[in-house]
Amino acid sequence: MTPPVILGAGDGDALMPLHMRLSPCGTILHTGPTLAKLRKGSTLVGRKLFDVFRLRRPHLTGASPQLARLIRQRLQVQFREPPETSLNGLMVTDATGESLLVNFSFGTGLVDAIRDYDLHLPDFAATDPSIEMLYLIEANATVLDEWRRLNLRLQSAKMEAEKQAYTDTLTGLRNRRALDHVLGRLVDAGEPFGVIHLDLDFFKQVNDTLGHAAGDHVLQVAAKVMVQTTRAQDTLIRAGGDEFVILLPGTVDHGHLLRLAERLIERLEVPIPFGDDLCRISGSAGITVCHGGGKPADAVLQEADEALYASKARGRGCATMYRAVKGAKVAPFERKPAKGDDGPTTAASG
Amino acid sequence: MHGLINRAIQCFVRDTCGPDAWERLARVAELPPSGFEAMFVYDDQITERMLDAAVLLLAKPRDVLLEDVGTYLVSNPNVEPLRRLLRFGGETFLEFLQTVDDLPRRAQLALPDLELPAIEVIGVEEDTFRIGCRWAHAGFGHVLVGMLRTLADDYGALVLLDHHGCEDRVETVTVQVLREGFAVGRPFQLASEGRAS
Repeated sequence: MTPPVILGAGDGDALMPLHMRLSPCGTILHTGPTLAKLRKGSTLVGRKLFDVFRLRRPHLTGASPQLARLIRQRLQVQFREPPETSLNGLMVTDATGESLLVNFSFGTGLVDAIRDYDLHLPDFAATDPSIEMLYLIEANATVLDEWRRLNLRLQSAKMEAEKQAYTDTLTGLRNRRALDHVLGRLVDAGEPFGVIHLDLDFFKQVNDTLGHAAGDHVLQVAAKVMVQTTRAQDTLIRAGGDEFVILLPGTVDHGHLLRLAERLIERLEVPIPFGDDLCRISGSAGITVCHGGGKPADAVLQEADEALYASKARGRGCATMYRAVKGAKVAPFERKPAKGDDGPTTAASG
Repeated sequence: MHGLINRAIQCFVRDTCGPDAWERLARVAELPPSGFEAMFVYDDQITERMLDAAVLLLAKPRDVLLEDVGTYLVSNPNVEPLRRLLRFGGETFLEFLQTVDDLPRRAQLALPDLELPAIEVIGVEEDTFRIGCRWAHAGFGHVLVGMLRTLADDYGALVLLDHHGCEDRVETVTVQVLREGFAVGRPFQLASEGRAS
């Protein structure tokens, strides 16, 4: 057997700055320099171990735990007075049997302890990996911050891309893809909602006689009219060319929807100035409602479409509720010819 | 090249010459318009293109530019986390100097895919050290000179630094510590005061 280690004065403090020596009855005889630093202004030497610390582990019964039962056990103690730092420790008896030696470390409370006691590099033994741990905690936090920022950037880029994918660039309204998405969501949720399918009348004439720039302008003005006539929670969709769909969550009142469509048509018929010209358009609308549940999305659109064709058949410039068409003999293509290309027909309410 | 290094150069240009200078550099060198992501890895040629363009745009020789980048990295508040991580190396500058060769390994603890040069510190005399830097990309030695010069100030030490050129892809830097505690350094607490963003 190798002979017992006998340390010179100060060697124990250099090797184990967080250690203490105890008498066999638990009186503190000596503390390492860092341990002493943890209780500024009060000396630990001369006090009883368990007057200074509360034993957290192992869990022993009795007011004053027997020291002998703690030897070579994993200890966790906590200062009774603030800051109530926890320390991990290990206790052994020295070769003479005249004293006990306990060495401590900070464990997970390291960062708090360093802040609470203003500890510096020399307060730790060169072999203590605490500083490496501290370094890693800080490096990881920095890297994690960077990831978090990257994720935020990617998230907002994704949202922007999605918004663009669902937006009609000319009018700023939603596009066909958004229609499928929002309508699908309403149907799946079983929510009641109304649908107005709106087709601009005489738009092709504007395009043909005044050019595409005029056509685009008319579409933008029409979109603005729709935005002003509807609520924020309604979804306005340019489904293609001069075709629009308005989804109105919670609105199923026939009279209300018809009045809204008529008001829209009325406002669309206000001549739109473009350069020196005046563009005259109108609109035909088909309306249907869904009381929630049962009706698939394409059936809802089909109903609105049929009602729209009924409006066209009745001479354009008017709105038709789907129920009104049901069973009625309205041949889809039996439309009244428009009164020339220069203006809308008068609006007739259905 | 790791995005962290590209981003460091980007931040250097942005913070020392202004956002306009960075935008111009990005345009001239055909860099990602929104800048580099610190967590991505980029083609090495992009870094070379950026440095070549920066030399022209900022009208500085490459060595000086790289040394300025090194200075920026340990002195600008926007990159304070790096200065803090470096100061973990030692209580005094002399102590720190002898752990410089741990830096790449330390960095890889946090970012395993970050490639840095292999660094070797050799004690020549008690106060003089020779630092060898081996990397496929020339010039890191100058960044190191900038970093060490500024860190010496940070510790309050008076030092003499020299870059001895590059041979067989190894750049040699010598450091002589004339006086520790020459000036009052910047304070350093082991535990950070809340996170800098």
